[in-house]
Amino acid sequence: MNLLTIAWKSLRQRRLASSLTALSIALGVMLMVLVLVIFGAVNSAFTQRSVGYDLIVGPKGSELQLVLSAVYRMQPPIENLPYPYLEQLRRDRRVVSAVPLAFGDVTEQGDFPIVGTTPDYFENDYMPGQKFLMRGQRIGKLFDAIIGAAVARENGWDLGTSFSIVHGGAESEDVHDEKFTVVAVLAPTGTANDRTVFLNLQGFYAIAGHEKPIDEVEKRLRDFYSADTERLAASLQQTQQYREAIAARAAAADPGALPAPVSPEAMKEVTAILVRTRPETPFDAISLSAELKKGIQAMAVNPVRPIQRLMSGLIGNVQKALVVLTVIIILVSGVGIFVSIYNSMSDRRREIGIMRALGAGRHHVFGIVLAESALLCCGGGLTGWLAGHGLAIASAPWVIRQTGLLINPWALNSLEVWLFPILAGLAVLVGFLPAMTAYRTDVADALAS
Amino acid sequence: MSLLLEKIRKSYSQPGGERLPVLGIDHYALARGEQAALLGSSGGGKTTLLNIIAGILTPDSGRVVVDGRDLAAMPEVVRDRYRAAKTGIVFQTFNLLPAFTALENVMLGMAFSGRGVDRGFARTLLETVGLGHRLNHSPKRLSVGEQQRVAVARALANRPVLLLADEPTANVDPANQQKVLDLICNTCREHNVSLLMVTHSLEAAGLFSRVDRLQDFNHPELCRQPQEQSV
Repeated sequence: MNLLTIAWKSLRQRRLASSLTALSIALGVMLMVLVLVIFGAVNSAFTQRSVGYDLIVGPKGSELQLVLSAVYRMQPPIENLPYPYLEQLRRDRRVVSAVPLAFGDVTEQGDFPIVGTTPDYFENDYMPGQKFLMRGQRIGKLFDAIIGAAVARENGWDLGTSFSIVHGGAESEDVHDEKFTVVAVLAPTGTANDRTVFLNLQGFYAIAGHEKPIDEVEKRLRDFYSADTERLAASLQQTQQYREAIAARAAAADPGALPAPVSPEAMKEVTAILVRTRPETPFDAISLSAELKKGIQAMAVNPVRPIQRLMSGLIGNVQKALVVLTVIIILVSGVGIFVSIYNSMSDRRREIGIMRALGAGRHHVFGIVLAESALLCCGGGLTGWLAGHGLAIASAPWVIRQTGLLINPWALNSLEVWLFPILAGLAVLVGFLPAMTAYRTDVADALAS
Repeated sequence: MSLLLEKIRKSYSQPGGERLPVLGIDHYALARGEQAALLGSSGGGKTTLLNIIAGILTPDSGRVVVDGRDLAAMPEVVRDRYRAAKTGIVFQTFNLLPAFTALENVMLGMAFSGRGVDRGFARTLLETVGLGHRLNHSPKRLSVGEQQRVAVARALANRPVLLLADEPTANVDPANQQKVLDLICNTCREHNVSLLMVTHSLEAAGLFSRVDRLQDFNHPELCRQPQEQSV
């Protein structure tokens, strides 16, 4: 029988009051754990771990908008880049992989974003060390589609499902005539890929209405390649030949008898390019980004930095505010423990006197009261910590289903390491005064009371 | 010698600043294993004397020697430890802790002695007092007589040399008084423990071979004499 056992017995004697005060601490800690788990998942979803690329290349504009549209598909695209620029980038010795993305449309059912891309999008990791897993086959035909796990679940689509897409966004009612067929369903990734429909890039270009008028394309090429006359000339030559082919077909006696002219690369555009540089030379990404910054054509952004700025500037502050709030809840619970123990001291005067008469020193009764406070704080804290993580475990599948956030209920936040030392400190703080009351108890008076 | 009191003086300060003399004992002794009943009227200083012998109170002057060491000269921490190791107390109201079972109450008597808690010995003591079948019962589920027996077992749990009993039969019905006293006396005899029982009951005192009347050797007026004469 030690001080802790005696303290435990004493707490059990005041079962209701002890349980309620420990419960208040438990609730505070549980809330804190949930806040940390949820923000951990949000943080993880919006930071480096979610992105398997070094750079995102897009037209000049807002860095954040480029990342949010290309990686998270949460914003409309800024503008487009000429397709020849993709080929130019692929020829750069620093670039290991350059994956084009063309987007702007959504599914008719469910408004899921449409992304036209190439097969290497699925061969690259979607986050470091994480490969795409899919059920079905790779895109082979022009109008084949691969859908994310959330699209399949929410729309009830599966392999073989045929669907239509809407041009230009959810508010548009311009439904394209082309029908696409699901050939593969991705396994859940916890990223925006779960809520995306991927099309064959060439199929994306083949959709009627996606090709811009030749004059507009030429104007954009002139703007884009204003400082690169050689590439501009090559591109304009392609558009000119295309214009002539169209005119020749139109002038023919029976245009339907002639094959439709094939769009040259100069007529095509991509919305963004995901770039992976050589892993052995980490400065490649920096030098490429710096190089693009000098020009006026495009920009290359680190997919993490704008999001981190957003996280620390806005979401990070929300997290801090919620953590501070839960800390205040815990402190208020601590005051509850103080009140509970302090109020019990007058009832326990005789009990303390008996223990002193049995030989307990002042330091013993001081320790017993402090141990009670520690048991309430740390026991409540442990219960809350387990309940928080338990709730996170129990709700993780639901949260993943509802939000696509990959929750790791066992992931420990660095703040949690401080939880129990802080609770122990709180126990000492709130237990000190009642413990001193016990320490100062006059044995003879207490026995006579 | 288990207990030796020499030139004990004790008085309490009163609201007016005057001192109320309570104890003035020049000599009192109890041999090892000896049993004595101490008779005294209410307010006569019995409880104060017991508290001084237990080391709960300190006298204004004098020596309180228990098992060869003077409690009055010890710092409080040492005195607490000494009490935990050498003295057992049976209270008038038993003073069992309600949160603890009978066995745990007895073990509590060992918890502060520094010799560790011997669960087996605690069980043996309870079996000795006839409560082997009530080990895990809380005090509120025990009868008054049973509670008193637990209190006796607890007082002996630290293997004391001196057991102090403060009116142990005051709250026990007359039919059981004899049993409780027999239990205390016999158990002390078995464990060679000196027993000093304070009572105001002549009937209870009559069971002891040695009966001391407090007023015979307590002269509170000695407190009023100068310190150098009394010590």
